[in-house]
Amino acid sequence: MRIPCCYCGARGHEEFTYLGDATLARPSTEIGAPADDATAAAWHDYVYVRDNPSGRHRELWQHTGGCRAWLVVTRDTRTHEIHGVEAARDVALAREATHE
Amino acid sequence: MRYSLTTLLGQALMGNRGWRQAWRRPDPKPDYDVVIVGGGGHGLATAYYLAKEHGLSRVAVLEKGWIGNGNVGRNTTIIRSNYLLPGNTPFYEWSLKLWEGLEQDINYNAMVSQRGVLNLYHSDGQRDAYARRGNAMRMFGVDSDLLDREQVRAMVPYLDFDNARFPIQGGLIQRRGGTVRHDAVAWGYARAADQRGVDIIENCEVTGIDVIDGRAVGVMTTRGPIKAKKIGLAAAGNSSRVAAMAGLRLPIESHVLQAFVSEGVKPLIDNVVTFGAGHFYISQSDKGGLVFGGDIDGYNSYAWRGNLPMVEDVAECGMALMPMLGRLRMLRSWGGLMDMSMDGSPIIDRTPVDGLYLNAGWCYGGFKATPASGWCFAHTIARNEPHAFNAAMRLDRFASGRLIDEKGAGAQPNLH
Repeated sequence: MRIPCCYCGARGHEEFTYLGDATLARPSTEIGAPADDATAAAWHDYVYVRDNPSGRHRELWQHTGGCRAWLVVTRDTRTHEIHGVEAARDVALAREATHE
Repeated sequence: MRYSLTTLLGQALMGNRGWRQAWRRPDPKPDYDVVIVGGGGHGLATAYYLAKEHGLSRVAVLEKGWIGNGNVGRNTTIIRSNYLLPGNTPFYEWSLKLWEGLEQDINYNAMVSQRGVLNLYHSDGQRDAYARRGNAMRMFGVDSDLLDREQVRAMVPYLDFDNARFPIQGGLIQRRGGTVRHDAVAWGYARAADQRGVDIIENCEVTGIDVIDGRAVGVMTTRGPIKAKKIGLAAAGNSSRVAAMAGLRLPIESHVLQAFVSEGVKPLIDNVVTFGAGHFYISQSDKGGLVFGGDIDGYNSYAWRGNLPMVEDVAECGMALMPMLGRLRMLRSWGGLMDMSMDGSPIIDRTPVDGLYLNAGWCYGGFKATPASGWCFAHTIARNEPHAFNAAMRLDRFASGRLIDEKGAGAQPNLH
């Protein structure tokens, strides 16, 4: 399996470190956020629960053996075929923009 | 047909023409008391113990492929109970006890071989950790012995004791651990469950779970709808997919684990040896092939196959432990789907859906657990409450904070 890094080109996946599901959104950590059951449930889901799809999966990889950039890779878990790679920074900025 | 020396001799004299099919091939009935989704080792064992221990015979096991196709036929066949944590040790020890009596119980030769499992240590810190583990095991009545370097050398002289980077200092041995013929476990449980009236339905994939008012009432399958008073999920790597049919999201990721067999050689390794400085374990099958494996590939996968970097990693670990392996050819390798849970320990529990029970999260250690998993899951389904052995293996432990994290690796499934 080779991952086409946005910065370095296609490299063997052994150069990369896997973190997991990139679609999870970290619950609010703002001071004053309510410490209620809903917040606890949101943290539980964020830390422990996964969709774990059979098919296309958006996931975080870091190019630890190369440029060290974090990437969001769209990969089919049934075939290991890679359908797209984006810089995690761009994905995070785009997500922030849609929330504002 | 009961298998015995008399049957064997009788069949030998008659040219082996009288052997009968080991289990029936029934069509699914419209309704059952219990439907088990997944005809792997755990599902078959569950059905067997439901019939044997709880008197339930209106039980069906639904298998999308055929018996023995899944992880029960794709593992490195090791059994052991050398666990550290109180939530795990009694459960795995019960499993080992069930293994010890299994062949008489199900009247099937599963080739249970208690040849000993030896975990090597390579540093002072690791020796201390193994001493602690051995003591924890003994506190639960499990056998364990801490061996020094010379005791290990007397047992397995061919290891690379003076490896420059990972010299072998000794090992922790569980002599009651060993190996079992994995296919025979699937076939033996299938036959024994069938004889107690359980319907084993192969080529029958579950495509939906009917939930009415928060209660599971039946399943949709490729062979039509089946009603059930209770439904048990034992789908291993596909657990998340099956649970999603009932609207559940699980604390599980599916990963691929590869295993390997070398060409057959004369008797060489007479126990199970694990490398302490990397993830590598090896034993020798009765056919002569060396059976070995290592870590999971480390990324979500439903592909039933892995990639080459892990093959290289396993081969390197093997060479660091046992340099003579370099002269052997690797004959076969294969991949299985692991239901990696968030703390590395399994789940045998009720679910938020009434009448729906979950058996999942076995990571890559499910084979050794097969008898106790079935035994405890059967108890949980029949009594609607967990047995003391699986009381800690709850689905809600991730919310309550009562994790069973043997490795202390945190909620990162590819590190367990």
